Amino acid sequence: MKPATLERLLADRAAKKPVVLVTDLASGDEQIVNPDDTGALAAPLADAVRTVARNDRSETVEVDGRSLFLHVYNPPLRMIVVGAVHIAQPLARMAAMTGYDVIIVDPRAAFATEERFPGVTIHTEWPDDAMAVLQPDTRTAIVTLTHDPKIDDPALETALKSRAFYIGALGSKKTHNARLYRLHKNGFSENETARIHGPVGLDIGAKSPAEIAVAIMAQVTDRLRRPA
Amino acid sequence: MNSPEWENILERAQEWRAAGKGVAIATVVTTWGSSPRPVGSQLAITDDGAFIGSVSGGCIEGAVVGEGLKAIKDGKPRLLDFGVTNEQAWEVGLACGGKVKVFVEKVG
Repeated sequence: MKPATLERLLADRAAKKPVVLVTDLASGDEQIVNPDDTGALAAPLADAVRTVARNDRSETVEVDGRSLFLHVYNPPLRMIVVGAVHIAQPLARMAAMTGYDVIIVDPRAAFATEERFPGVTIHTEWPDDAMAVLQPDTRTAIVTLTHDPKIDDPALETALKSRAFYIGALGSKKTHNARLYRLHKNGFSENETARIHGPVGLDIGAKSPAEIAVAIMAQVTDRLRRPA
Repeated sequence: MNSPEWENILERAQEWRAAGKGVAIATVVTTWGSSPRPVGSQLAITDDGAFIGSVSGGCIEGAVVGEGLKAIKDGKPRLLDFGVTNEQAWEVGLACGGKVKVFVEKVG
């Protein structure tokens, strides 16, 4: 690998730009490709680059008798946590350890402080405004933790309109049923709201904030690695 | 929040280079069966034998580091093939029954 290639990979990663590194496994020749602009490449290679980037899965391909390794460097997964509550503290740390960029959203400035969430990106706008900026995509998980309808509901409504791979909402079965009732009244179908995991997390008898964070992290991982 | 330090293989490779060390990078490029680390997993190696990252559950790292040291010396890339261990023999392989190909190259 040329030093310039390494430098550019690191710069693109810092800028959260998706790239594919194409390496000839016989010669070591390499090329960094933007999967959204493969114009300069021959058709079979361009197609392969777009496919591996979309699937987020690196792969060795045979093109014109050459073995080429297509290494996908996608920006990190994201977890948007709505509610800077106690559970959000261990959850933010576990998600970061698991490789997620964590974003906390809470309009209550007393909760969403740098002191409680060191190094985490914090948005203190209302969730619908924050979500409009954050643009959740297929590599985003959204977890609501306030169980305050004023804050959780607008976040869930935006989440349901997005392609987020995971949506979870903290709250008992009773709270969740009331929440579903409100969402259905606002025009969402049962099919749509079935995407919300509620009560949130795998059922492992979790009690403490850290244990609940483990249950959530496990369920998020399951949805990521074994999508329905 | 920054990504966990055990995932920052390329960042560490860059720091090592900046500190004047010879560096090689090993990457899993193909897997078959139950290999422990997915395609794209990486290991960075210095010319004094330090490394960060993994290309298996620990079964083949020793051999890969050895090839990395050779690559730092001669500058040539290598494509290594690791198969299932024969339990009767003292050889490098994957006890889990998987197979992997690892590409090793010098940075520079």
